[in-house]
Amino acid sequence: MEPAGQRNDTIALSRNALAGLVNAIKLDGFAVFGPTVRDGAIVYDHLDSLEDLPIGVTDKLAPGHYRLAPREDHALFGHHVGPHSLRREFLIPVATLFRARRTPQGFAQIEEPPPARKLALFGVRPCDLAAVAIQDRVLLNDAYRDTDYAARRHGVLVIAANCTQAGGTCFCASMNTGPEARAGFDLALTELDDDTIVCTIGSDVGRALVQRVEHVPASDQLLERARLLLNDAATHMGRTMDPHGLRDLLATTLEHPRWDDIASRCLGCANCTLSCPTCFCTSMEDMTSLDGTEASRLRRWDSCFTVAFSYVHGGAVRPSLKARYRQWLTHKLGSWHDQFGSSGCVGCGRCITWCPVGIDLTEEITALRQPGGS
Amino acid sequence: MPKRPRVAVWKFASCDGCQLSLLDCEDELLAVAEAVEIAYFPEASRAFGKGPYDVSLVEGSITTPHDAERIREVRRSSKVLVTIGACATSGGIQALKNFRNVRELIATVYARPEYIDTLTTSTPIRDHVPVDLELRGCPINKNQLLELLNATLNGRRPNLPSHAVCLECKQRGIPCLMVTQAIPCLGPVTHAGCGALCPAFARGCFGCYGPSDAPNTVPLAQHFRSTGVDSGTVERLFLGFNANAEPFRTQALRMSLGAEAKPSTSKGES
Ligand code: SF4
Ligand code: SF4
Ligand code: SF4
Repeated sequence: MEPAGQRNDTIALSRNALAGLVNAIKLDGFAVFGPTVRDGAIVYDHLDSLEDLPIGVTDKLAPGHYRLAPREDHALFGHHVGPHSLRREFLIPVATLFRARRTPQGFAQIEEPPPARKLALFGVRPCDLAAVAIQDRVLLNDAYRDTDYAARRHGVLVIAANCTQAGGTCFCASMNTGPEARAGFDLALTELDDDTIVCTIGSDVGRALVQRVEHVPASDQLLERARLLLNDAATHMGRTMDPHGLRDLLATTLEHPRWDDIASRCLGCANCTLSCPTCFCTSMEDMTSLDGTEASRLRRWDSCFTVAFSYVHGGAVRPSLKARYRQWLTHKLGSWHDQFGSSGCVGCGRCITWCPVGIDLTEEITALRQPGGS
Repeated sequence: MPKRPRVAVWKFASCDGCQLSLLDCEDELLAVAEAVEIAYFPEASRAFGKGPYDVSLVEGSITTPHDAERIREVRRSSKVLVTIGACATSGGIQALKNFRNVRELIATVYARPEYIDTLTTSTPIRDHVPVDLELRGCPINKNQLLELLNATLNGRRPNLPSHAVCLECKQRGIPCLMVTQAIPCLGPVTHAGCGALCPAFARGCFGCYGPSDAPNTVPLAQHFRSTGVDSGTVERLFLGFNANAEPFRTQALRMSLGAEAKPSTSKGES
């Protein structure tokens, strides 16, 4: 993405033109990733054409519950967020950080080119883009820059899809990350009906791209329709969470009885953290070839919910489930502010939907706001 | 080249599946055979090399007085003793007898019960002798076995995470079956290692790898019940290949006593 300059133009496209846009992106040598139906869910995966989108399919989201359902129309983007977030593409589940070979002079690192792929994200959601911006702050911005992440993030083309409806576990409006994408995209689409798409141009690359398909300037009437739809989504979020004062709340409720209550319901399974688009905890594994001539270091997704994650000499720092859940929530919504200058939550609702037992952080925050115990 | 470590493979009450995982290493088998000396492995070789052994891989559980003695000899002759599989680490499927009257079972099955010399329980190796490391699974995963041998040969710590299967499931990007289909899955309380094999084929986890390092079985069982699974079915879920592993055994007993709604007393709590 490049800066858009002063103008944030909007145009209108037909569905045919949008299909042409996908082809143009592919012609430029991009692998296109976006939402598609697989294994009973809408996941992010390879798209060959517009036809691979979940056309006429929606998803019903509730705590610990996800079901696909048909829609009455043929909407391309009439769904919400699925189990995958964009971190699968950038902070990949298992990455080889380096390999080395044994030589008479000691170990020599095997030079390898950084992963190179022209990636286009198509139809990704505002909350997910906000999450990418958060992970960028964590993984790109200081002395501990993650080079594999940086290589995968480089030169990614982003076509966002604004949300004209909100899911049962969504609360991006509370976290101020949606339902309309404000930054981090080359183009942002708002689907008005089966054949009308309003498109905001977010960068010069995006501007050049739309020149290759038929389009017209968006009329005031279309813009107003888009505004009403986005407004409707914002006022019909499945969840809400007052973001104000969370940092202080979490810093002052460490002994609240609610934590024990949560620990009696939580499985400690880590599904919440591995579904979360901003969680970034990983662990290192050293591997060797059987004959000991080669070694490699892997970076693998891990979670503050595992006992081993806080293991130091002599034992785990957070041996109880209560301590582990509390670590997660107090970091995500509290100390994240001190560390990275924002909340760690974008309100995507995945941790609620994909918790097998439906633990809902918005509900837990409401409970923590009540005076605790006796 | 330094002297190759001498490896022995032992069988107790078991089906041989875990030993077969070693033979199943096909591509890597030659490299393994070069790197270690397989000194004793009746399943695969007629060579019966005498101890002591650097590493003993022990398959199977203890179900007879004779085996209870034999495992002591194995321990005495082994520097490092590694149990392989659910039988050796928890007692295996045959530990279901621990929940029943064994005399009656024998009388039901055998025409001449007096010929049968068995203990009333099937117990893991660790109940009898000190164990240095346990490889989980029914059967074990050959990659984990290779990782163990590899780490031993190279003097490093093996990468054998003890967290829940769910982390492997998520790494593979499988949409959770509990959430998308209300399929009862033991993944949240089961030790990783299989790479989420069953969820990848839309089957709930059977718990082959036994309890994770911090299994909170009570809310999981409660959740199964709340999605309409009857108490007997939940009980049987926990009475699988690792029925005798303490957290699973306790949860099964809770179900059979109708005490599933009691608050958790599992060790993961503070
Ligand atoms: S904490 Fe939950 S709602 Fe917030 S970003 Fe992570 S998964 Fe989404
Ligand atoms: S909150 Fe839910 S998803 Fe997260 S560890 Fe607990 S049970 Fe698993
Ligand atoms: S399918 Fe099973 S193993 Fe996979 S995330 Fe869901 S509960 Fe965990």
